[in-house]
Amino acid sequence: MNRFILPLTIFAVMVGFLAVGLTLNPREIPSPLVGKAAPQFSLPQLDDQDKVFSPGDMKGRVWLLNFWASWCSGCKTEHPILMDLAKSGTVPIYGMDYKDQKEEALAWLSRWGNPYPIVAVDASGRVGIDYGVYGVPETYVIDKQGVIRYKQIGPLDDETVAKKILPLVKELQAK
Amino acid sequence: MRWLALMLLLMPALSLAGEARPLADDPVVEARLKHLAVELRCLVCQNQTLADSNAPLAEDLRREVREMIAKNMSDKEIIDFLVERYGDFVLYRPPLKATTTLLWVGPFVLLLGGAIALVTALKRRGRKVADAAITDEEHRRVEQLLSQGVKRS
Repeated sequence: MNRFILPLTIFAVMVGFLAVGLTLNPREIPSPLVGKAAPQFSLPQLDDQDKVFSPGDMKGRVWLLNFWASWCSGCKTEHPILMDLAKSGTVPIYGMDYKDQKEEALAWLSRWGNPYPIVAVDASGRVGIDYGVYGVPETYVIDKQGVIRYKQIGPLDDETVAKKILPLVKELQAK
Repeated sequence: MRWLALMLLLMPALSLAGEARPLADDPVVEARLKHLAVELRCLVCQNQTLADSNAPLAEDLRREVREMIAKNMSDKEIIDFLVERYGDFVLYRPPLKATTTLLWVGPFVLLLGGAIALVTALKRRGRKVADAAITDEEHRRVEQLLSQGVKRS
């Protein structure tokens, strides 16, 4: 019996490693920006090119920054969740129209609904690079001091909102 | 009929090949970009380098790197810029730090473990062979059997 113990242990350890590996999503790369100040920008707004939006305007408030685009299918998936969240009034969601056409973005919002008080336009994708965006949709939770507290890669779902975003937002709002 | 065939053969000549135009024409910048881009991973197609990938993000990042080269930033400054935003994941050679120790040391630990296992197994087997003692009578019998085998074959 003894001679089987060692191989069996090694086998069990390997199965353990592989089981954990299978539950990880290789597309989710931990962002080095969590815990750091949200990169500054000053970008024109989607509905009015003359007005600008900058994270500095949001000092003292907890808010979400959501990178989206009319060409992005995942953005359509998470859209109803953003609408619900916006309706609940818990936390404001600011939009960043990432590498998109203005007309198409406006049409998309009027067709599906607009959860954003303001949408900024990142036509060249440069602000996206500053935020380490590599696949829209991506959502950042930013605290009262302007520090990124959480980054969601890919579409938000009900579970993530209920278990991660909302508790974090409440905690940050209480501070 | 013949002229028709000739025309058909000449048709491809009409399609002017739109050759990929280098975005930056400075060969020095392009050489440095190439040198850097093979060390950097594209975040969209994760098994491709920034040099190979055609993903829009890779194009944007190449543009960004080109501009940084044009600004005369050093390779280290450019790599730091990308690591600040995308983490160590952009590097094809991750740095040695606390979180990557297992990655760097792991293979050597496995190699050492395998070597130890091999040596112990060989030693154990060596002992087993030496333990088999036989009498003279048995020895003769074995030699007899072996010689018969030779004759038969």
